[in-house]
Amino acid sequence: MSFTPGQRVRVSDRAHRGHHRTPGYVKGSIGVIERTQGEFTNPETRAYGQSGLPERALYLVRFESKDVLEAASGDRIYVDVFEHWLDEAR
Amino acid sequence: MERAGHDRGGWPTEQPIDRSEHELADWELRTDALIGALSAHGLMNVDEMRRGIESMAPDEYERASYYERWLYAAEVVLAEKGVLAEGELDARVAG
Repeated sequence: MSFTPGQRVRVSDRAHRGHHRTPGYVKGSIGVIERTQGEFTNPETRAYGQSGLPERALYLVRFESKDVLEAASGDRIYVDVFEHWLDEAR
Repeated sequence: MERAGHDRGGWPTEQPIDRSEHELADWELRTDALIGALSAHGLMNVDEMRRGIESMAPDEYERASYYERWLYAAEVVLAEKGVLAEGELDARVAG
Protein backbone atom coordinates (compact mmCIF):
# COMPACT_ATOMS: atom_id res chain seq x y z
CA MET A 1 0.00 0.00 0.00
CA SER A 2 1.23 3.47 -0.71
CA PHE A 3 -0.05 6.71 0.77
CA THR A 4 -0.70 10.14 -0.65
CA PRO A 5 -0.33 13.59 0.94
CA GLY A 6 -3.32 14.48 3.12
CA GLN A 7 -4.15 10.87 3.91
CA ARG A 8 -4.72 9.97 7.58
CA VAL A 9 -2.54 7.18 8.89
CA ARG A 10 -2.03 5.39 12.18
CA VAL A 11 1.43 4.36 13.30
CA SER A 12 1.65 0.73 14.34
CA ASP A 13 2.22 0.13 18.04
CA ARG A 14 3.45 -3.43 17.53
CA ALA A 15 6.32 -4.70 19.61
CA HIS A 16 9.65 -4.74 17.77
CA ARG A 17 12.68 -5.52 19.87
CA GLY A 18 15.34 -5.01 17.22
CA HIS A 19 16.67 -1.81 15.71
CA HIS A 20 14.02 0.38 14.11
CA ARG A 21 13.61 4.07 13.48
CA THR A 22 9.99 4.60 14.52
CA PRO A 23 10.04 6.71 17.68
CA GLY A 24 8.01 5.31 20.57
CA TYR A 25 6.15 8.55 21.19
CA VAL A 26 4.25 8.34 17.88
CA LYS A 27 3.45 4.62 18.01
CA GLY A 28 -0.32 4.14 18.00
CA SER A 29 -0.95 7.78 17.06
CA ILE A 30 -2.85 9.13 14.07
CA GLY A 31 -1.19 11.62 11.77
CA VAL A 32 -1.46 12.97 8.24
CA ILE A 33 0.88 12.26 5.34
CA GLU A 34 2.74 15.49 4.60
CA ARG A 35 4.85 14.19 1.72
CA THR A 36 6.77 11.23 0.37
CA GLN A 37 10.49 11.31 1.15
CA GLY A 38 11.45 8.61 -1.35
CA GLU A 39 12.59 5.03 -0.97
CA PHE A 40 15.43 3.96 1.30
CA THR A 41 17.14 0.81 2.48
CA ASN A 42 15.44 -0.78 5.46
CA PRO A 43 17.38 -0.02 8.67
CA GLU A 44 15.71 -2.96 10.42
CA THR A 45 17.66 -5.46 8.32
CA ARG A 46 20.63 -3.31 7.29
CA ALA A 47 21.49 -2.92 10.98
CA TYR A 48 22.29 -6.64 11.09
CA GLY A 49 24.72 -7.05 8.23
CA GLN A 50 22.12 -7.41 5.46
CA SER A 51 21.64 -5.23 2.41
CA GLY A 52 18.45 -3.54 3.61
CA LEU A 53 16.87 -4.32 0.24
CA PRO A 54 14.22 -4.01 -1.04
CA GLU A 55 14.04 -0.30 -0.37
CA ARG A 56 11.02 0.88 1.57
CA ALA A 57 8.96 4.04 1.12
CA LEU A 58 9.50 6.71 3.76
CA TYR A 59 6.90 9.38 4.55
CA LEU A 60 6.99 12.65 6.41
CA VAL A 61 4.01 12.39 8.76
CA ARG A 62 2.45 15.39 10.53
CA PHE A 63 1.05 14.99 14.03
CA GLU A 64 -0.82 17.42 16.27
CA SER A 65 1.09 17.59 19.54
CA LYS A 66 -2.17 17.02 21.47
CA ASP A 67 -2.44 13.62 19.75
CA VAL A 68 1.12 12.62 20.66
CA LEU A 69 2.35 14.27 23.86
CA GLU A 70 0.80 14.52 27.28
CA ALA A 71 1.48 18.25 27.37
CA ALA A 72 -0.36 19.66 24.36
CA SER A 73 1.10 22.86 22.98
CA GLY A 74 -0.73 23.45 19.72
CA ASP A 75 2.50 22.66 17.89
CA ARG A 76 2.76 20.25 15.02
CA ILE A 77 5.32 17.46 15.04
CA TYR A 78 6.83 16.08 11.84
CA VAL A 79 8.33 12.59 11.88
CA ASP A 80 9.77 10.37 9.14
CA VAL A 81 8.03 6.99 9.27
CA PHE A 82 8.53 3.99 7.00
CA GLU A 83 5.50 2.71 5.12
CA HIS A 84 5.53 -0.67 6.84
CA TRP A 85 4.85 1.09 10.14
CA LEU A 86 1.74 2.85 8.77
CA ASP A 87 -1.87 1.79 8.29
CA GLU A 88 -4.69 3.76 6.77
CA ALA A 89 -6.76 5.55 9.45
CA ARG A 90 -10.39 6.59 9.02
CA MET B 1 4.47 0.01 25.58
CA GLU B 2 7.93 -0.57 26.97
CA ARG B 3 10.46 1.74 25.37
CA ALA B 4 14.22 1.30 25.15
CA GLY B 5 16.44 3.84 26.87
CA HIS B 6 17.66 5.43 23.65
CA ASP B 7 14.08 6.04 22.46
CA ARG B 8 13.69 9.22 24.45
CA GLY B 9 11.71 11.60 22.27
CA GLY B 10 8.69 12.94 24.15
CA TRP B 11 10.01 12.15 27.62
CA PRO B 12 8.50 14.69 29.99
CA THR B 13 11.04 16.86 31.79
CA GLU B 14 11.20 20.08 33.77
CA GLN B 15 14.89 20.47 32.94
CA PRO B 16 15.97 23.10 30.42
CA ILE B 17 17.59 21.74 27.26
CA ASP B 18 21.39 21.96 27.43
CA ARG B 19 22.31 23.69 24.18
CA SER B 20 25.92 24.40 25.12
CA GLU B 21 28.70 23.38 22.75
CA HIS B 22 32.11 22.15 23.77
CA GLU B 23 35.44 22.10 22.02
CA LEU B 24 35.98 18.61 20.63
CA ALA B 25 38.93 16.72 22.08
CA ASP B 26 41.45 15.05 19.77
CA TRP B 27 40.02 11.59 20.45
CA GLU B 28 36.54 12.80 19.51
CA LEU B 29 37.77 14.17 16.18
CA ARG B 30 39.65 10.94 15.55
CA THR B 31 36.58 8.91 16.41
CA ASP B 32 34.51 10.87 13.92
CA ALA B 33 37.16 10.26 11.24
CA LEU B 34 37.48 6.58 12.16
CA ILE B 35 33.75 5.93 11.91
CA GLY B 36 33.65 7.78 8.59
CA ALA B 37 36.46 5.58 7.29
CA LEU B 38 34.73 2.40 8.49
CA SER B 39 31.59 3.47 6.67
CA ALA B 40 33.45 4.42 3.49
CA HIS B 41 35.13 1.00 3.45
CA GLY B 42 31.88 -0.89 4.04
CA LEU B 43 32.88 -2.16 7.47
CA MET B 44 30.11 -0.53 9.48
CA ASN B 45 27.10 1.36 8.19
CA VAL B 46 25.05 3.87 10.15
CA ASP B 47 22.27 1.38 10.88
CA GLU B 48 24.76 -1.08 12.33
CA MET B 49 26.29 1.68 14.41
CA ARG B 50 22.92 2.76 15.79
CA ARG B 51 22.07 -0.86 16.59
CA GLY B 52 25.40 -1.19 18.37
CA ILE B 53 24.70 1.91 20.46
CA GLU B 54 21.25 0.61 21.32
CA SER B 55 22.81 -2.60 22.63
CA MET B 56 24.54 -0.73 25.46
CA ALA B 57 23.39 -1.53 28.98
CA PRO B 58 21.01 1.27 30.07
CA ASP B 59 23.26 2.64 32.83
CA GLU B 60 26.30 2.53 30.56
CA TYR B 61 24.34 4.34 27.84
CA GLU B 62 23.38 7.10 30.29
CA ARG B 63 26.98 7.56 31.46
CA ALA B 64 28.57 7.53 28.03
CA SER B 65 29.21 10.66 26.01
CA TYR B 66 28.23 11.01 22.36
CA TYR B 67 31.49 9.73 20.87
CA GLU B 68 31.97 7.11 23.57
CA ARG B 69 28.75 5.57 22.24
CA TRP B 70 30.17 5.61 18.71
CA LEU B 71 33.30 3.82 19.90
CA TYR B 72 31.26 1.25 21.81
CA ALA B 73 29.28 0.47 18.65
CA ALA B 74 32.44 0.17 16.56
CA GLU B 75 33.90 -2.34 19.02
CA VAL B 76 30.70 -4.41 18.98
CA VAL B 77 30.26 -4.45 15.20
CA LEU B 78 33.94 -4.97 14.32
CA ALA B 79 34.19 -7.84 16.82
CA GLU B 80 31.10 -9.46 15.28
CA LYS B 81 32.66 -9.26 11.85
CA GLY B 82 35.99 -10.63 13.01
CA VAL B 83 37.83 -7.43 12.12
CA LEU B 84 38.82 -7.20 15.77
CA ALA B 85 39.82 -10.37 17.58
CA GLU B 86 38.51 -10.95 21.08
CA GLY B 87 40.68 -9.02 23.54
CA GLU B 88 42.68 -7.37 20.74
CA LEU B 89 41.82 -3.80 21.71
CA ASP B 90 42.44 -4.40 25.40
CA ALA B 91 45.78 -6.00 24.63
CA ARG B 92 46.85 -3.06 22.48
CA VAL B 93 45.73 -0.51 25.05
CA ALA B 94 47.60 -2.40 27.78
CA GLY B 95 50.65 -2.88 25.58
